[in-house]
Amino acid sequence: MTRGLLFFAALAIAASLAALGRPAGDLLQRVPPAAAKRRNPFAGSEPDRRAGAKLFRQECAACHGRDAKGIGKAPPLTNPLVRQADPGKLFWILQNGSLRRGMPSFSHLPDEERWQIVTYLKSL
Amino acid sequence: MSIRDQKRALFGSRWLAKAITGVFVCLASAWAGEAPNFITYTHQMEEPGNLEIDTKGVIAKPAGGNRFLGSAMEFEYGTTGWWTTEFYLDGQATASDSTVFTGFRLENRFRVLPREHWINPVLYVEFEDINAADKSLLEVVGHDGNDDFLGSNAEARQEKEREIETKLILGSYVKGWTIAENFIVEKNLRHEPWEFGYAVAASRPLALRAKPDRCTFCAENFQAGVEMYGGLGTHKDFGLTDTSQYVAPTIAWQLPNGPLFRFSPGFGVTAQSLPMLFRFSVSYEVAQAGRAIREMFAGDKGRR
Repeated sequence: MTRGLLFFAALAIAASLAALGRPAGDLLQRVPPAAAKRRNPFAGSEPDRRAGAKLFRQECAACHGRDAKGIGKAPPLTNPLVRQADPGKLFWILQNGSLRRGMPSFSHLPDEERWQIVTYLKSL
Repeated sequence: MSIRDQKRALFGSRWLAKAITGVFVCLASAWAGEAPNFITYTHQMEEPGNLEIDTKGVIAKPAGGNRFLGSAMEFEYGTTGWWTTEFYLDGQATASDSTVFTGFRLENRFRVLPREHWINPVLYVEFEDINAADKSLLEVVGHDGNDDFLGSNAEARQEKEREIETKLILGSYVKGWTIAENFIVEKNLRHEPWEFGYAVAASRPLALRAKPDRCTFCAENFQAGVEMYGGLGTHKDFGLTDTSQYVAPTIAWQLPNGPLFRFSPGFGVTAQSLPMLFRFSVSYEVAQAGRAIREMFAGDKGRR
């Protein structure tokens, strides 16, 4: 009985750790290859990085925190997985979200503004 | 009033002031980023955990009747990424008549497909418990028209309207444009026919690329568009005959600190329609409302 409980507790802890580690990596892996190849037209542009920072505060900071270090279920965006990700993958995630995990779609933002957010995320 | 009572009153008012200040400090705003439409829904859902408070008004003068102000107070909450729920309180004031509360509405929207597609469907179900004095004009169906606004409030309030309304919402984003089509089916729960209606809209931000600095009047904060809506008769006489039809330019202005203002003059284009409508709205979106309220009441403990 006790062994069974311990087994289930270990399973639950493992599942929680897996879920914690999942957010950025797992989502990034689900991006279709064609979408990942898209290039950021604003890469390296300082005004667009600043515009992206402004948009991040307006659209993303409520869940991910003003410092992008994550709050609750919303994962940190300062981790290397995000910094090293293809810009096209980040753009795709912003466009589609992950409704099952509570990440909304930001498709209502024009493409240009989503690229500006990607520019900012890559600079974190 | 004794000194003790005065102290108690002063303490009470200070506590109230603290609470109000706390609400504004703790409840961070979010950008609604919504299309400027009043009638047409897009497929954009409320962000999970966010609460939008919106007050919508419409001013009109029916031919042969008194000018009125219809209003609806709306509370929209993002339950999950694919489910948005809303609660409305409706009321109206009619010149040379009275001001009355006209009922409530409870609506739910469900996003069908998890990813973005060329066309994105959303299902909408609403229960309305209003009376015939309602003038919020949140949708136009069947043969709704000018004559519905001519009776006195006292008479109209006697007639209960418990209705189920469903919509198929289709939305697309194309090169900065937001395009949406709604198909409406409404049924009074009494023995009345099924009524149909539609709404279509297109809108676009005035600038697609954000400026680096925070600004109030820059083009990216404005959206402009047009919507068209009207009745399509009933299942017994489907079509445009004897229906109201409106065309309405729309504009929205998002302030950097949160509030969203919208305005739309609407023009009736058939004999049944109200000649002119002026719609306006002010909304404010509270980011992560549940969490913010928990933190507000828990103080430092809740933030940890």
